[in-house]
Amino acid sequence: MTNLKPSSEPSVADSAELLAETSTETGRRPRAGWRMLLPTMTPWLAIGLGLIIAIALFGLIGPHLVGDPRAIRDMGLTGPSAEFWLGTTQTGQDVLAQLAYATRGSLQIGVIVGLLATALSAFFGIYGAYRGRVVDEAFSLFTNVFLVIPGLPLVIVISGFVPAESRGLWTIAIVLAITSWAGSARVLRAQTLSVRNRDYVAASQVSGERPWRVIVVEILPNLLPVIASQFVFAVIAAILGEAGLSFIGLGASNSSTLGTMLFYAQNGFALSLGAWWWFIPPGLIIALFGTGLSLVNFSIDEIINPKLKNLRLHRKRARRAARLERELAQATRRNGGVPTQTAKESAR
Amino acid sequence: MTSVKITDLVKDYTLRAGLTRTRLRAVDHVSLELIPGRTVALVGESGSGKSTIAKILTRMERPTSGTVDVRLDDGTAVAGARYRREVQMVFQDPFASLNPFHSIEHHIARPLRLHRRTSTNRETHERVIEMLERVNLTPAEAIATRRPHELSGGQRQRVAIARALAPGAQVLIADEPVSMLDVSIRLGVLNLLGRLQREDQLAVLYITHDLATARHFSDEIVVLYRGRVVERGPSDAVILDPHHDYTRLLALAAPDPERPGRVTSEAGVDREAIDNSRCYDHFAGAWREAGVSAAEARIDA
Repeated sequence: MTNLKPSSEPSVADSAELLAETSTETGRRPRAGWRMLLPTMTPWLAIGLGLIIAIALFGLIGPHLVGDPRAIRDMGLTGPSAEFWLGTTQTGQDVLAQLAYATRGSLQIGVIVGLLATALSAFFGIYGAYRGRVVDEAFSLFTNVFLVIPGLPLVIVISGFVPAESRGLWTIAIVLAITSWAGSARVLRAQTLSVRNRDYVAASQVSGERPWRVIVVEILPNLLPVIASQFVFAVIAAILGEAGLSFIGLGASNSSTLGTMLFYAQNGFALSLGAWWWFIPPGLIIALFGTGLSLVNFSIDEIINPKLKNLRLHRKRARRAARLERELAQATRRNGGVPTQTAKESAR
Repeated sequence: MTSVKITDLVKDYTLRAGLTRTRLRAVDHVSLELIPGRTVALVGESGSGKSTIAKILTRMERPTSGTVDVRLDDGTAVAGARYRREVQMVFQDPFASLNPFHSIEHHIARPLRLHRRTSTNRETHERVIEMLERVNLTPAEAIATRRPHELSGGQRQRVAIARALAPGAQVLIADEPVSMLDVSIRLGVLNLLGRLQREDQLAVLYITHDLATARHFSDEIVVLYRGRVVERGPSDAVILDPHHDYTRLLALAAPDPERPGRVTSEAGVDREAIDNSRCYDHFAGAWREAGVSAAEARIDA
């Protein structure tokens, strides 16, 4: 029942200082717990978000702006030109149009798999760990079994087993989801085991909260950064996994993704014919999207990882101190060089 | 007003190491009574079973045997959801007992809503403010919107006390409520508990390993050693006239202004030889057999 004070918590001195600061103003805006969960804006986070948003917009809006990706013309393998910005394929199809549709397809798969895998891992990880005993043992065993199943071979077997005509987007998404949730579930289980033994969980149990409410209201918010990070990883893994599957010809039969583009580029000897405009753009989009998500993940990591967390707090404090100093200096200048009490207060 | 009668409480834990199983008896035939307006201090070292008793009282653990009987003034037994309302607990560590994600208001509003003490949001908010003012947290409006990390240890412990009292609890279990606080604010929190106890006629179980605060704060002291009660009686009697070797050792460990210098000897008490097979009862003025049910305990001459 006795938890040591986590070293990452701001010290009492800090809260005393905050107290002194806030005691002058009573009606302060309510502080939502959400603020704590948001990563601080760093250049890396900005670049990551920029990449993700740009690619997502391309996937969302792009298909409405380009022509038919399947239209065949008698101008095979022409390089980028004013008419076709990214050139054409062997059969004269517009690469840019294909890229827009393929990006949309890949994002779709990524988001669906990310959501499914996160939901599975949250259920098996959090619920099992919270219930404990037999449920935990059973869920843990189940998770471990899925953990040691080699992902890609299983995916190949399942995809090969399902006939090509019924192998749609959802089939691939479900196959990818059930092979990728186990690792996250283990992390969430470990984290839940730690959170569930904290006194505030015991306190809400003592006050008679129902189990699902304890999980959702008391435990889950403290796991959100971990879940967010795992969602991001699941999306990357799904996009890459789907691209891999499509590349070896086992992807969804009726959809176009970045993987199928690469598959056709490979089949059309794009590499040996030097048609770089055919295979570089889809590869680049996969790489950039992965980079963007990873950068976002590093920023989330600053919240989860206790070592980085302190770093973040220090940075925040330093920034605030610098701001206060600047404002104080400005206020002092306004008052003709005399740092008055009101100036100090207004700087706050 | 509510009173609690604990009779012959036993709690065994099964320890598993590989294939061998051993049984650890954490609490061995402990009987206590909590009466409105009075404080019973449960004193003992780490592992003596204090917190296990607290867990059983708050229904976080089931006893292996023995009964916990909670009764209202009119004699009706308390059970089910009502039990959660009557018996509440203040935890030891104020840094762990509040959820860092939620505001102070959330912590106090939840039990209010859960036990239907208030029905509208507005009423709940007013009640929260009232509760915060009762535990001397002012300005209450500003404190209510803060989150736990913005408060000091003493302030957090006050919030924890307000949360425990929010459902209208009449029995308060305080598990070392001041041991993690700075020495300078301990007295403030203890006095607050004392005031609330007088105002609401609370029955308080004060769990501690510190004899000095136990004497200051409680009416009766029960000394626990390895799961058994080894001495019990009025606070002053137990502290000024300890009979059991273990109580003597505890009393010696407390700093005494009239006995300057460091304590070098353990007053001839051999730690290895401390036995917990008998218990001195100051109320009866006699030794009893410990670790058996209260009805069967032999009284030694």
